[in-house]
Amino acid sequence: MFEINILLVMIGGFFGAICRFALGEWIHTNNGFPFGTFIINLIGCFILGWFLTYVSQNKKIRPEFTLIIGTGFISSFTTFSTFSVETLNLFQNGLILTAILYVLASTVLGIVLAYAGHNLAIARKREVM
Amino acid sequence: MIWIIGIGGSLGAAARFIAGNFISKRTQKAFPFPIGTWVINITGSFLLGLFTQFYISNDIGEWLLLFGGAGFCGGFTTFSTFGYETITLIQSNKIKLAIIYVLSSIIVGFISAMIGFYI
Repeated sequence: MFEINILLVMIGGFFGAICRFALGEWIHTNNGFPFGTFIINLIGCFILGWFLTYVSQNKKIRPEFTLIIGTGFISSFTTFSTFSVETLNLFQNGLILTAILYVLASTVLGIVLAYAGHNLAIARKREVM
Repeated sequence: MIWIIGIGGSLGAAARFIAGNFISKRTQKAFPFPIGTWVINITGSFLLGLFTQFYISNDIGEWLLLFGGAGFCGGFTTFSTFGYETITLIQSNKIKLAIIYVLSSIIVGFISAMIGFYI
């Protein structure tokens, strides 16, 4: 059973990484600010906040679905390592203010959007009831 | 080329799933803290710093940077779970723990990327 779960996470992770790369190539970095990763991480925070709350409210949804979409796709779509290395690159290029802005905006907006996604799922649930 | 990133990403996600389960099973009682994601994000930041340095100094080609960096490290680490775990901590009124989680992830992640890069 654990092996099947790993396979599901891998399928989601495969497409998550590809979507991250494709979207990252498409969004252009401006004045050194890494807009690609920035937008990808924010979108992912919002969707995961919504998705995990939605799933936790709907007992009919199979856990396999959470593994492939949540643990696999969305988690692999977003990235923490690129975020760290991009911050380091900004510091190395002397763009200290941009680095600080990048870290603050990613974290604060990421948390706010995860919360917004979570609240959206709760609000929709109330509407249905 | 896109396949290389996909395969790296699927291996990274599998490693995250296995490592996350392994770490949280053993430390759940000791830490009231999402220590699994924390360790994964820190380790992944170190690895990507290392891959970037290898690429810059021409030790590895572009395909290995895409496979190991954009693929594996990108799929292994996660920003969205980090965000979700933070709001879960805030909602259970563990504000101090949430602040420690966020700050230590960012600062230690940055330092380990630096160690990977300059090692």
